[in-house]
Amino acid sequence: MALPVVDYLKLPENGDPFLEGHKCSNCGAIFLGERKVCSSCFSRNTLEAVKLNNTGKLYSYSIVFRSFPGIDVPYISAIVDLDGGGTIKGNLIDVEPDPEKIKFDMPVEIIFDDALGRKDADGNSYISFFFKPIS
Amino acid sequence: MSDVFVLGVDMIKFGRFPDRTVPDLGAEAALLALDDAGLNIDDMEAFYCGNLGQANAMVGQRILQEIGQTGIPVVNCSNACATGATAFREAWTSIKAGLYDVVLAVGVEQMGSGLLGGAGAGKGIPKEGLLGSGTMPAVFAEAGMEHARNYGTTFEQFAKISVKNHHHSTMNPKARYQIETPLDEVMNAEMISYPNTKLMCSVNVDGAAAAILVSEKKAKELGMARAVKVRASVLTSDPYQERDLVMPDVNSCTRKAAKEAYEMAGLGADDIDLVELHDCFATAEMLHYENLGLCGDGEAGKMIDEGEVELGGRVPVNVSGGLLSKGHPLGATGIANIYEVCTHLRGEAGERQVENARIGMTHVIGLGSACGIHILEKA
Repeated sequence: MALPVVDYLKLPENGDPFLEGHKCSNCGAIFLGERKVCSSCFSRNTLEAVKLNNTGKLYSYSIVFRSFPGIDVPYISAIVDLDGGGTIKGNLIDVEPDPEKIKFDMPVEIIFDDALGRKDADGNSYISFFFKPIS
Repeated sequence: MSDVFVLGVDMIKFGRFPDRTVPDLGAEAALLALDDAGLNIDDMEAFYCGNLGQANAMVGQRILQEIGQTGIPVVNCSNACATGATAFREAWTSIKAGLYDVVLAVGVEQMGSGLLGGAGAGKGIPKEGLLGSGTMPAVFAEAGMEHARNYGTTFEQFAKISVKNHHHSTMNPKARYQIETPLDEVMNAEMISYPNTKLMCSVNVDGAAAAILVSEKKAKELGMARAVKVRASVLTSDPYQERDLVMPDVNSCTRKAAKEAYEMAGLGADDIDLVELHDCFATAEMLHYENLGLCGDGEAGKMIDEGEVELGGRVPVNVSGGLLSKGHPLGATGIANIYEVCTHLRGEAGERQVENARIGMTHVIGLGSACGIHILEKA
């Protein structure tokens, strides 16, 4: 069975994959991954797991033409503000790697798919997430 | 509390020295700075040493093994690209605290090749190129594109910063490169991470720089003729920002440090005659014109378009050639930029001298993040 690429990607047995944030009930800050203290308002025990939305808007990006050896290029490294809160980073797919084709605030949705065929040392495959424009 | 003065400061010419060692490069810079101050290693009461690549390997003590084992306290610091500024600031702090009157600070680095940044392996599978990019050119490209998003900043404007800094470096014999690099060459160079081409990325080099800091009492005793007063020394970490987890923040820690530095110095941005700031990528320099208050928000593009940050302009930035052409040996950078500003305040910068420079600022960012700012004044 495929594993989640990061801890905040959840693969429920019955139901669709989703991203999980932890939201501070005191100040509203949203974090990826569990934590005990809010680094924004310093409250303790105020962080609760929340399901993040699968849609958002492109905040910033870079088109990567040179990466580490063995990594396929080019790709678009994208920062997306999710509708309802939370900011995540991932690859923007189904868009030409051309600044003319990439618009700030373009609406995107999160797609869950195999992690580009990458496997770990034990041969496990992984599920990752990608951003795709909403036409 | 005593005022603190830089009495000696120097750097080695940045370059590639594969046959030399980190302590060897640091020792050379330390000796240059000691000579500049007219002092010897046995005059030093403490030593703060900045290095990143061998942070667990007692670099400071190994430098003393090359230039004199006097038994003084040695503190080895690492703080990403703010490492050198952190070592300098720890030296400043120790004099401020009244512990010492004469202290040595060294920053030194030997660099590898290729892209910096986390490959992001951790557990499981590599995340690079899967969850975006963690390479430094991409991370700083994303920070620059945030500026483009807010103010319409263009690829060409970012590229002009690199043209300027490469031009400045033609007048700096200690820079890695002294090569004019016209706009078309910068824009047509290999694209690494849009909008940063290869010529808009800092140069990986080996380097070392050192400074001798003294108390006011000691400065008066030894002579003020070439002394430089430290008007402000500030270090910040990154305050919480909502996109922190995916977008390392170099802006808020710089703004906080600049505000505190101006307050400590009792000065404003208008008083600054030259700035050496952290142009690790051309996109980064653009952000810091505004972060340091050299112009209003949204005016950085105009600063580069109108030549205000060139030598001869309103507030020359990175007249040394900056990290883009002088080079960026991580742990050495924070003291090398102090050397540059001191050299102008002393009126010894030759062809690239900023005329009548009396007050200058240095700025570095260590991603993760740390920001170090110093304001220096001709004594």
